[in-house]
Amino acid sequence: MDTKRHELNIQLAQMLKGGVIMDVTNVEQAKIAEEAGAVAVMALERVPADIRKDGGVARMSDPAMIADIKKAVSIPVMAKARIGHFVEAQILEALKIDYIDESEVLTPADEECHIDKTKFKIPFVCGARNLGEALRRIAEGAAMIRTKGEAGTGNVVEAVRHMRTMNREIRQLVEMPTEEVTGFAKTNGLPYELALKVKELGRLPVVNFAAGGIATPADAALMMQLGCDGIFVGSGVFKSSDPALRAKAIVKATAYFNDPKKVLEASMGLGEAMPGLEIAQIPPDQLLAGRGW
Amino acid sequence: MVKFKNMSLHLVKDTSAAIGVLDLQGGVYEHLDHLERLGITGSRVKEESDFADLSGLIIPGGESTCLARLLDNFGLKEVIKNRYQSGMKIWGTCAGAILLAKKVVNDEPCLGLIDIEIERNSFGSQLDSFTAEAIMPKVAAEPIPLTFIRAPKILRVGKNIEILLQMDDYIAAAENENILVTVFHPELTGCLALHRYFAQKCGINSTGSVSGSVDSRWQSHSWTRLARIV
Repeated sequence: MDTKRHELNIQLAQMLKGGVIMDVTNVEQAKIAEEAGAVAVMALERVPADIRKDGGVARMSDPAMIADIKKAVSIPVMAKARIGHFVEAQILEALKIDYIDESEVLTPADEECHIDKTKFKIPFVCGARNLGEALRRIAEGAAMIRTKGEAGTGNVVEAVRHMRTMNREIRQLVEMPTEEVTGFAKTNGLPYELALKVKELGRLPVVNFAAGGIATPADAALMMQLGCDGIFVGSGVFKSSDPALRAKAIVKATAYFNDPKKVLEASMGLGEAMPGLEIAQIPPDQLLAGRGW
Repeated sequence: MVKFKNMSLHLVKDTSAAIGVLDLQGGVYEHLDHLERLGITGSRVKEESDFADLSGLIIPGGESTCLARLLDNFGLKEVIKNRYQSGMKIWGTCAGAILLAKKVVNDEPCLGLIDIEIERNSFGSQLDSFTAEAIMPKVAAEPIPLTFIRAPKILRVGKNIEILLQMDDYIAAAENENILVTVFHPELTGCLALHRYFAQKCGINSTGSVSGSVDSRWQSHSWTRLARIV
């Protein structure tokens, strides 16, 4: 891996801190997102709520559609590749977008291996439900981590679970004597060197965003107060009744997450949020967070 | 709650010698880390009252459109302009430089406080982000490491603006008496020279133990110590 390039890639994510990254499916939505103050857009053909509804195999989006969005905005453009589908990632790198999301929202292409991200110049963000999963992705070369909340549900409960789990495991690591780290790393599937790094830093060594189920300004502020560095909003913006207004409100609430008065202002009169899904009502084989490991 | 709204790095009450870092979005911790290395009181600013006694303000890198919307929405544009009129110095890095420019290619200016023309994201995609090194004689004798991330280019400066660093076909750093702009990110390297230089502009002497340009103890993850979960 080119370490200087990798450092630059981690640093781009650092510049996104405190910001909101929004899913968009066309040029018009991309412009609305940029105008509302998104720090980046995720270009994809269908938002997760529609992917969930439509079923079937979800793949990388048409590069022509991603290229159109890239032309339309000046903020960073991200796009999704299937877990383990390194050729989709090669295509997205050749397209010169800014960041690849190796995403469980798409149907996995490989149930054993994630992409060897060290072979790429382009940065990757990957989902994680706990510290072990986050550190395995970082060991594979991910430059940014996000929670793996249940996408397309408008239900933040899984993202909260992932963040609380990660924080709990980090706390345990920080407090344990060094000789216990080996066993903890073995039990929880943590790469040992990275476990020691987390113990030293008291957090992940890269930026960690919230993703999955965030639908309101309050959801965004909740994830920020739990210690996330920024927010991904998938279906939450463009499946709501007034996307431009809601997008702006989530940007405001993310910047002022610790200020209840400002989050209150941001929450007023936004119209209907996206319809939500109770996690328990989703058949287990249709849960996305369990994809990848 | 794991983050605090107004973390002050030093418990010094003399805020008139403080430099604020605009804390809306972007590389806030990275600048605070550098200020602390120089023994300078740094504070996170995002409410009108936070700006009251600052000698200087750093507008960090981030996304300029996002920062501009937030400044607009919360009335901070006027606050910054007023404080500037009464003597507060300002340094914009990357997105911060865009916000300070009088002219932005294909976009409206935001604060419009320095007569430069700047083009956003002027190099291409993240694959075109790069590092370099250059000497800025007015800032330090040693070469300065430069980190460009989806950087803008300063295309032109007005009269009374001094160019501090000219690269191939663009200007990478410039200043007048009250404002400093850099399109690169000194806060993403171990280089303290620009922070020291800006502090002097603000009438603040640094007291840290690092004498040269680069703090060899700095690491790329040094910012994380200000953003611990535990």
